[in-house]
Amino acid sequence: MKMGKQQTGTDRSERRFTKTLMVSAVLIACLLFAIALTLLIESIPAIKTFGLGFFIGKTWNAASEKFGALPFLVGTLLTSFLALLISIPFSIAISIFLGEYFKEGALSTFLRSSVEVLAGIPSVIYGLWGLFLLMPLARAIEIRLGVPPHGVGIFTSSLILAIMVIPFSASIGREVITLVPSDLKEAAYSLGATRFEVLKNIVIPYARSGIIAGILLALGRAIGETMAVTMLIGNSNFLPTGIFSPANTMASVIANEFAEATGIVSSSLIYIALVLFLVTMLVNIIGNYIIQKISIEASKEVT
Amino acid sequence: MFKLFKSLCIVALITFALFAGTELRAADQELLGAGATFPQPLYSKMFDAYNQQYKVKINYQGIGSGGGINQLTKKTVDFGGTDAFMTEKELKAAGEEVLHIPTCLGAVVVTYNLPGNPKLNFTSELIADIFLGKITKWTDPKIAAANPGIKLPDLPISVVHRADGSGTTYIFSEYLTKVSPEWKEKIGTGKSLNWPAGQIGQKGNPGVAGYVKQTPGAAGYVELLYALQNKMPYGNVKNKAGKIIEPTIKAVSASANVSIPDDTNVSLTDSAAANGYPICSFTWLIFYKEQNYGGRSLERAETLAKMLFWVVNDGQKYVEPLQYAPLSKEAVAKAVKIIRSMTYNGKPILK
Amino acid sequence: MEDHVRMRLIKNHIFKGTVVLFAFISLLPLLLILYYITKNGISVINWDFLMNLPRPIGETGGGVFNAIIGTIILIALSCVFSIPFGIAAGIYLAENSVGKLGNLVRLCVIVLQGTPSIVIGIIAYLWVVAPLHTFSALSGGVALSIMMLPVIVKTTEETLKLIPYHLKEASLALGVPYYKTILKVILPSGLSGILTGILLSVARITGETAPLLFTAFGSQFMNWNIFKPIDSLPYRIFYYAMSPYPEWHTFAWGASFILVVLTLAFNLIARGVSIKWKIQF
Repeated sequence: MKMGKQQTGTDRSERRFTKTLMVSAVLIACLLFAIALTLLIESIPAIKTFGLGFFIGKTWNAASEKFGALPFLVGTLLTSFLALLISIPFSIAISIFLGEYFKEGALSTFLRSSVEVLAGIPSVIYGLWGLFLLMPLARAIEIRLGVPPHGVGIFTSSLILAIMVIPFSASIGREVITLVPSDLKEAAYSLGATRFEVLKNIVIPYARSGIIAGILLALGRAIGETMAVTMLIGNSNFLPTGIFSPANTMASVIANEFAEATGIVSSSLIYIALVLFLVTMLVNIIGNYIIQKISIEASKEVT
Repeated sequence: MFKLFKSLCIVALITFALFAGTELRAADQELLGAGATFPQPLYSKMFDAYNQQYKVKINYQGIGSGGGINQLTKKTVDFGGTDAFMTEKELKAAGEEVLHIPTCLGAVVVTYNLPGNPKLNFTSELIADIFLGKITKWTDPKIAAANPGIKLPDLPISVVHRADGSGTTYIFSEYLTKVSPEWKEKIGTGKSLNWPAGQIGQKGNPGVAGYVKQTPGAAGYVELLYALQNKMPYGNVKNKAGKIIEPTIKAVSASANVSIPDDTNVSLTDSAAANGYPICSFTWLIFYKEQNYGGRSLERAETLAKMLFWVVNDGQKYVEPLQYAPLSKEAVAKAVKIIRSMTYNGKPILK
Repeated sequence: MEDHVRMRLIKNHIFKGTVVLFAFISLLPLLLILYYITKNGISVINWDFLMNLPRPIGETGGGVFNAIIGTIILIALSCVFSIPFGIAAGIYLAENSVGKLGNLVRLCVIVLQGTPSIVIGIIAYLWVVAPLHTFSALSGGVALSIMMLPVIVKTTEETLKLIPYHLKEASLALGVPYYKTILKVILPSGLSGILTGILLSVARITGETAPLLFTAFGSQFMNWNIFKPIDSLPYRIFYYAMSPYPEWHTFAWGASFILVVLTLAFNLIARGVSIKWKIQF
């Protein structure tokens, strides 16, 4: 009798416990949907007014209430891709260094922890540093090239973004390179291949999709980066004319104008935020999918 | 573990409640304002002094006049700051009646970064051409013509304007609209403008001043004090009467020597006064006339009204040391009248 | 033939040299950043700087005491919001490694982790600031907790998955109910891993500025009330960095120094905890 009662008590706690866990999990899913839904609802006025033409509209003019997001789209894409372009040689070098040449040892630990520190420095500090070191540097370059020496602009922002995303692609690159099965490499060595040849013909082709996934995730990070870019991009709402011209990214225009935006401006900015959200979502899902597939394949080959 | 977790939650809730309970009352002795960066150094000084004297914390964040108006309209702040009188549309968007009181006068100056910090003279055409992007180099003959004898470096002009919705921009563009037909047609007057392409935008007066200070060849417009505090050179401007005027408290007061309407909405740019500096304006604090909204207490409304009263009376002693021009007696009287018209449930707040 | 082999070897060496060179060049920015922060920051830091409030614009002196306290309050708030949910959801994912809901939640966590911080700032403005009609520490805490959540969920899940299955089996075999097994056996053995996750997530949010722009808002006064705007170190750095005042620039460096030390400390402690935990197994 007593035993039975205790059992039901346990059962109840048991049910309550599993329910709590499930509710928490469901809540996280709900949180994401609520975010998407809020952005969607708040941007409906802008979507209705401008539709998809929003993304080919070249003017962003509060006075005439004409809003087009093309300048920010171009600004975001230019800064992000330029940053990737600059960062790729470095991040791949770090990946190979840590994943192949120096898998362990003091040198490896040093480089690895340094990269981790680099990843942990807050964005606003990158911005501060860029303001006082990169800006004069960019000005000097611009004077030499004979373009207007603003110091701030797409070029400067790309530089700081490149530094900020190196740790991301590098750490993923390192992981996928270490996943390359050693029997493949050993087979190549036994045929007399040099390390360079093994890397070129075995490791890189094998890890290629993982390295690409790492770059993709770095892209997602670069697209959404706000503070450092806002401080260094020059905040111009026009279509950039070159890599040295001032511009605005989707994230920086929100940071600059959201506090004072009313009505249709506010809605347009949230529309931009919605797109930013969807784009980073897509990039992250694809990147993570590739990495997951690789690690599953690798674990299959080990067994 | 579960119990620990539960008790942790309870502790958190209790602390939360305690915080909320003890602080809500004290919260009426605190006010939040946001807006213009043009008078921010003054407000920052005034509110620091006010806190020391009356133990009332007034938190003012410079987010630009556009931001100040918007956040007041969204009722997220107790009062806003703006250098541009709210437009018809903005007043309509605010729903209930919004009042403006002037707090001081300031000048917008053209500041620049050139080797040797030369003192330059500007005509209205010169300013318009620089900010329209028609003059792109400091060696331009038009600049030289206005400044004989000054050797200017062969530097391109990096024009910088405000990236946020700004009352400083409003004052500056209102002046240029009055004096330059081309400006009127191409750019116009506003807090956010459709600036010519290729110019730099910066947030707030501090942002513009910071960029100009760091970039040789840059030119921008800021409130006088920002240039003075940072020892940055700024230009004299030829006024309507044809005189070259240096922006000073006296020159601003000369421009402000006009009769003021009851709502204090008056434009001072391009003044006809012989010794008046042409690019200057009042700056206003804005707030709702009926203070019983959004669950505000009477005490909070009183705190606000008292603070506003202090700003236009005792607070005026902080104005001149910071190189703003103080309100005239007439302006103070009008402002006091407006503050006395504030109500709570329809009853006046200040007796 | 000899030449051919030599060429290959030379290529090999050149490549290795290039890799090492590039790897170390990419450390250059880190060294420069740390050098600048230390050089410019450390000289500002003294008792006055740490324990004083900011002075009015244009006056010298003042400190960042309110920003330090503000950052601590914001961290505490976001911990309160995110840790319970994060851990519970993490346990759920670890216990349900297959299943539709689990996969969906896992996907959501990935998306949430990649969501730009400025978007989360807008969300916190729309959800908390606009309805409550005031900028507040609370809204900043909500924004930051959304950023912490995915990290906590992920580390909790991964840690619990690493715990040997026989532990759970042994406990269940002894007749211990399932929920007690999880709470008394599995969770405690994974505690240090979870703690690592929490510390890493705190390190992540300590320096976040973008979500605070429209939420915590900033304040020149000391504030303990979570329904009021509050200052934070990253916001103060931003504010000071964009100003024209040279003294404020040095303050920005000083505040950066404190912020970097804080972030690094969280990371280091996290690593220390995780090492200790691995030894126990």
